[in-house]
Amino acid sequence: MKHQYCREFMLLAAIALLLVSMSSVTQAQEKTLILATTTSTQDTGLLDVLIPIFEKKTGYFVKTIAVGSGQAMTMGQKGEADVLLVHSPTAEKKFMEDGFGVSRRLVMHNDFVIVGPSDDPAKIKGLKSAGEAFKKMASAQALFISRGDNSGTHSKEKEIWKAAGAKYEGEKWYQQTGLGMGQTLNVAAEKKGYTLADRGTYLALAKTLKLSILVEGDAVLLNIYHVTEVNPAKWPKVNIAAAKAFADFMVSKETQEIIKTYGVEKYGSPLFFPDAGKKVEDLGK
Amino acid sequence: MNTSPSPVFEARNLQVVRGGSLILNVPSLVVSEGEILVLIGPNGAGKSTLLQALSALAKPSRGEILFRGQRIGTDIPVLQYRRRLAMVLQEPLLFDTTVYNNVASGLKIRGMKRDEIEPVVARALERFGIAHLRDRSARTLSGGEARRASIARAFATNPEVLLLDEPFSALDPIMRETLIEDLEHVLRETRITTIFVTHDRMEALRLATRLGVMNTGEILQTGSADEVMNHPVNEFVASLVGVETILQGKVIRKNSRTFIASVSGQEIEAIGDVDLGEQVSLCIRPENVTLSAIATGDLTSVTDTFPGTVEKITPIGHYRKVQLNCGFPLVAYVTNPSFSDLSLKEGTEVLASFKTKAVHVIRGGTRDGRTQRT
Amino acid sequence: MDLILEGIKKAFWLLVSFDPEVLGITFLSLKVSGTATLISLFIGISVGASVALTRFPGRRIVVSLINTGMALPPVVVGLFVTISLWRNGPLGFMGILYTPLAMILAQAVIATPIVTGITLAAVQQLPGKLRLQILALGATRLQMLWILIKEAKLSLLAAVMAGFGGVISEVGASIMVGGNIKGYSRVLTTATVMETGRGNFDVAIALSIILLLLAYLINLVLTQVQQRERRR
Repeated sequence: MKHQYCREFMLLAAIALLLVSMSSVTQAQEKTLILATTTSTQDTGLLDVLIPIFEKKTGYFVKTIAVGSGQAMTMGQKGEADVLLVHSPTAEKKFMEDGFGVSRRLVMHNDFVIVGPSDDPAKIKGLKSAGEAFKKMASAQALFISRGDNSGTHSKEKEIWKAAGAKYEGEKWYQQTGLGMGQTLNVAAEKKGYTLADRGTYLALAKTLKLSILVEGDAVLLNIYHVTEVNPAKWPKVNIAAAKAFADFMVSKETQEIIKTYGVEKYGSPLFFPDAGKKVEDLGK
Repeated sequence: MNTSPSPVFEARNLQVVRGGSLILNVPSLVVSEGEILVLIGPNGAGKSTLLQALSALAKPSRGEILFRGQRIGTDIPVLQYRRRLAMVLQEPLLFDTTVYNNVASGLKIRGMKRDEIEPVVARALERFGIAHLRDRSARTLSGGEARRASIARAFATNPEVLLLDEPFSALDPIMRETLIEDLEHVLRETRITTIFVTHDRMEALRLATRLGVMNTGEILQTGSADEVMNHPVNEFVASLVGVETILQGKVIRKNSRTFIASVSGQEIEAIGDVDLGEQVSLCIRPENVTLSAIATGDLTSVTDTFPGTVEKITPIGHYRKVQLNCGFPLVAYVTNPSFSDLSLKEGTEVLASFKTKAVHVIRGGTRDGRTQRT
Repeated sequence: MDLILEGIKKAFWLLVSFDPEVLGITFLSLKVSGTATLISLFIGISVGASVALTRFPGRRIVVSLINTGMALPPVVVGLFVTISLWRNGPLGFMGILYTPLAMILAQAVIATPIVTGITLAAVQQLPGKLRLQILALGATRLQMLWILIKEAKLSLLAAVMAGFGGVISEVGASIMVGGNIKGYSRVLTTATVMETGRGNFDVAIALSIILLLLAYLINLVLTQVQQRERRR
């Protein structure tokens, strides 16, 4: 009979313990920074290196919310994020025009590459123009795997299709996964198809994938990152001080150095190219 | 005023309405200290409802119940009141734990401490012969054992009143017999005021100091077992208490103390204060009918005697129920020895006789169960 | 097939080497889902038992709502909780979006109808007169509720397992309200989705195995308790 009550007490004790430990999991509001970025950015692992340095330096607690760039921009528009680190220049420009952001600064770029099966049925290997490569793939009706998720990568892909003037929507050889970059690469590898990928994710998976880089270097394939602080005038709750600190950090000399060497050890080549202070038009030259 | 003990229960104009119909209607009921009131009646008679009203488990729609002079709900809070009684329902409804814990549950509810509970529970277990089942899971008990545990649980709380709602139904007769014996023993020993509901007549007779007959939500008659059994107030009660023969007749002659009623052409003599020409119902208990062989019969004797033919013989336990046709239907209970002496079988001619005073007269000869006089 | 084997190997290695990140994720999964389940038990058992025992106008509607709630899509819960917790949303002042606390909240919302629904069914299944008998023993309403809950403990343990199972495996709402922040609000399920998205299938499988193991162990313990009650 004694153990009957014992269990009840143990239960209550467990609850009390959990609730107490709960109290330590929330941080002070002013010391928190909400950074909206994209899944592909986070997947490169660069932020896993930079964020701890920033946190240690400034004492801010950074909540990195990695979502599709569409959602990231919307978060900025709604004032639910303090600072954005994305790579959709067209959308970003509109964001600034509409007054949602202040102080948009160039940070770095990486690039996209067109990858495909080593036997290259569409014969695009070595082409200098991405648009031409796309045209060739369309006419060859080569299997192309698209992310189809309105991410930065997908937007870039659509840009190139448009510029190439090729018909791709609804075609049998054009398949959309709606998945992230890594998964899409896997699908392309499985099905022996072509795809457009950011170099970083490709390099991270290159060892296990049987895909090769077929086209690279075209200016249009550049993936340009800006850091934008959300406008506190629109949304007073935005932690503008923290946002500014983060933006300043991203363009600082030390950080740019880290960006320059990130990935070299692991993949043999850097994943990003630091661009703070440069002009966008000068990139890729 | 103080010579008679104050009643334990007094119900006044007690009514319970459910779903628009009046399911309990008791204008007055008094239960005295130490009595064992047994309520019998068919299903739906309102017995359980009455019990629930008395134990404050069902709220009366109208009227009030006084417990030792205090109105339940107003003068005495319901919770406090409930803790002074114990109620045992039809199903044992034991909890999914040991027998010990079950019997102790009433005490735990009352906030008794563990070491105080121990001796009380031990005593209750002992009293109902289940001490050896103490640590067994209630789920593993047989029907009889479970009921013992249920009653022990009720007794453990040392109640002032015990209410039992058909606790032994659905048990085999042997088990029933044993349980009733034990209960009877405990009741007599503790002299606890008890209200017991059953539809088994034998049980009722065994335990009751007072019998109550219910039907359609009303108490038709209360009285000592003898009163109710032998002087049922109407036919319904009569049939319920085991009067097998109820005859309709008309008073055709009046004597000094007796009268003659004409029943299906035969003349039956009975005792009662009736008017000439009145319609009466005559109740004759089968135990009071004696059968003898035709040849030895004395047709001119004082008691009512009629020749008749045996129509049907049904064995009932220790005796046989013999249905006769004497011009009117008559039922007799014959002990097995007498039965074999008379070599009765269907079609045998016998003499049936009964004393005039064994004929219970219901005036007016109504057929329904309405109260004529209590 | 060798992908799965790779995954098993990785899982084993991660566990045996006490990889701090994995341990942290696992512990957080337990903490978040455990707390959410406990909250759901408190609310679910009391509401479920009360509704089971009380007659009131509109009861049938309430019961249908509870039963519908059992099938509530976690992702829908996640969406609505997120919108409520937005800084500029109705509960924004609490400032708990993208925290484990928000995850506990969302998971509690998911688990509570499940526990409530099962408790409701369990208590309704108890013998009708049992309530009367308990009251006849002199119990207060609270005592009666407690005894009835103990009587239904087999089914209630099933409710615990269902509630816990529902939230330990939940991912949609957890990602939305938690943000899957490394070392802070990342749990086994959200980490699995992330690793899959990156194409790290071996890590994803390893995390899945750990999640399965965790769920299995907890349910093993609960089942032991439940079946031990049975044997008595």
